[in-house]
Amino acid sequence: MAAVPTAAPVSSHHTRRPGWGAWLFMSPLLLWLLLFVIVPTVMIVVYSFGTKTALGEIRLGFTWENYRKALDWDKLQRLPRDFPDNVRAATAEIVEEESPGSPATWWESTRGLLGGIAKTFNSFLWLKIFLLSIWYAFLTTVICMVVGYPVAYFIGRAPPGARNLLLTLVMIPFWTSFLIRTYAWISLLSRDGLLNGLLMSLRIIPEPLTLMYTPFAVVLGLVYNFLPFMILPIYTSVERLDNAMVEAAYDLGAGPVRAFSQVIIPLTRPGIVAGALLVFVPSIAMFAITTLMGGGKVPTIGEVIQKQFTTARNPPFGSALGTILLLIFIISLWLTRRHREE
Amino acid sequence: MSAVAASLLPKPFLAYVRKIRGPRIQQWAFGIWTVAVFAFLYIPILLLIVFSFNDSRLGLAWEGFTTRWYEQLFRNKVLIGAFKNSMIIATVTTVLSTALGTIGAWLLYRYRFPFQRAIGLLIFVPMVIPEVLMGVSLMVLFSNLLNIPLGYATVIIGHTTFCFPFVLVGVQARLQGIDPFLEEAAMDLGATPIQAFWKVIVPYLMPAIIAGALMSFTLSFDEYIVTVFTSGAGSQTLPLQVYGMARKGLDPQLNALSALFVLGTIILVLFSELIKKRT
Repeated sequence: MAAVPTAAPVSSHHTRRPGWGAWLFMSPLLLWLLLFVIVPTVMIVVYSFGTKTALGEIRLGFTWENYRKALDWDKLQRLPRDFPDNVRAATAEIVEEESPGSPATWWESTRGLLGGIAKTFNSFLWLKIFLLSIWYAFLTTVICMVVGYPVAYFIGRAPPGARNLLLTLVMIPFWTSFLIRTYAWISLLSRDGLLNGLLMSLRIIPEPLTLMYTPFAVVLGLVYNFLPFMILPIYTSVERLDNAMVEAAYDLGAGPVRAFSQVIIPLTRPGIVAGALLVFVPSIAMFAITTLMGGGKVPTIGEVIQKQFTTARNPPFGSALGTILLLIFIISLWLTRRHREE
Repeated sequence: MSAVAASLLPKPFLAYVRKIRGPRIQQWAFGIWTVAVFAFLYIPILLLIVFSFNDSRLGLAWEGFTTRWYEQLFRNKVLIGAFKNSMIIATVTTVLSTALGTIGAWLLYRYRFPFQRAIGLLIFVPMVIPEVLMGVSLMVLFSNLLNIPLGYATVIIGHTTFCFPFVLVGVQARLQGIDPFLEEAAMDLGATPIQAFWKVIVPYLMPAIIAGALMSFTLSFDEYIVTVFTSGAGSQTLPLQVYGMARKGLDPQLNALSALFVLGTIILVLFSELIKKRT
């Protein structure tokens, strides 16, 4: 009897405190997180307040200079003066060209205003790149959402056999190397690529179109790469959708549009938010796709950060840009937190 | 059921059509849309594969079937070396990530550590942080603080850092469904905590562990950005070479390589589906 372990009252599972053994086995993971996640991030933040020497080395210190440069602070401060000046100059130019001597018409002033906004925007060196990167990422997210939602919904409502096949068809591009997928579009869109070859042999266009190295190519590359990231989480939400709710909407007289906008979309919101996050966050800083499709002509923030650490040899400035990117990323996580937890 | 109810009740015709047809029209429209999106996803890849057999350098017109590009590919020493590097790095990364992720998930489930919530949050960071930040921060850590020369070890550390959280999260999801008395039963029968983990818990977690390992391998094998910042001259991986080739423009060898990549992916996806079905 004595050899049989008696059932001593065991403390509840989740409240058990780790003994030395548990700590021993847990320590590699904790050390890994400390050394390769916390320390490098802290280093970037510390560097962002430092300066670089003439040799491109880092001198630690405390200055806001890198952030002032990254946000074009001086230009931002002059904005109240510069912006009206730019609008006035742009309007005067248009008037000079079209109706010298007479006062500006409303049409000319509107174009002048737009010209002034464009000129002001272009005068921001770094802030412009940040805003453009966010804009491309936003555009990518919206396009993926519009394109991907019906697909996710269709797969989620398909009979189980077809559902697995369709899901596998989404998974294959998802798992294929993103460089290969980007190269597929390069071979389609480049000057001597398939699309130009086809259009020219059909005599639709006389000479090759410039499709690569444009914002269009950048957004296309991003959408193509991140579309499965949108479809999969929405699919998960659709699959969990209670069919009775959808039927009730139709039974109560809602048409397809109303059933969709007032019942189905609100019920699948967690999937939409998760998908948006999975597309938006990586597309802001995805410099490999943007460099390949934009060819350096469409600079994005990821590309600029990479350059500061490599060819431009200004790690403190790169760190400041990186820290701002980190803040953008924390803010977007924080903003979507409540929606994701539902 | 609703169809029967509708035919029995005298309802206005329009409402009847709406109720029956509404979902069906939507289903049709979405079906056509889905086919179009799949065409968008697959046509570029299929063309890439078709033109890898085209006997023309520029690929504008079809000039006959050839396996020339594949032969060139298999003789390309730089690419083969890069492929070997990728295999070594992905394999070691997979082993490390699987071990760290599985043990971590179990211990975090089994015990209540101080700062448990903070640890949980921290594990999520490498999964969602922009890769460029991870790349540059690891680069400054290795070269400015630890003084480790960039090479295999640094690439493996970088890859493991963003791979193991995927294993951990997958294993954690499977632990949600575990019988809480499984470990106790093993220990009551005389197993030590380590034996119980190894002989009872690990077999139960196996599907999630394999799925996580496959994921780690693919993520590591495909990783470009973190690799750019953490690799040295001797540890160039396949994605780095592919990037260099793609930057230069069209190259039929790259078409051939892409076709092989896609084939590998299809095998991998089918394999993981098979594992999912068996469990």
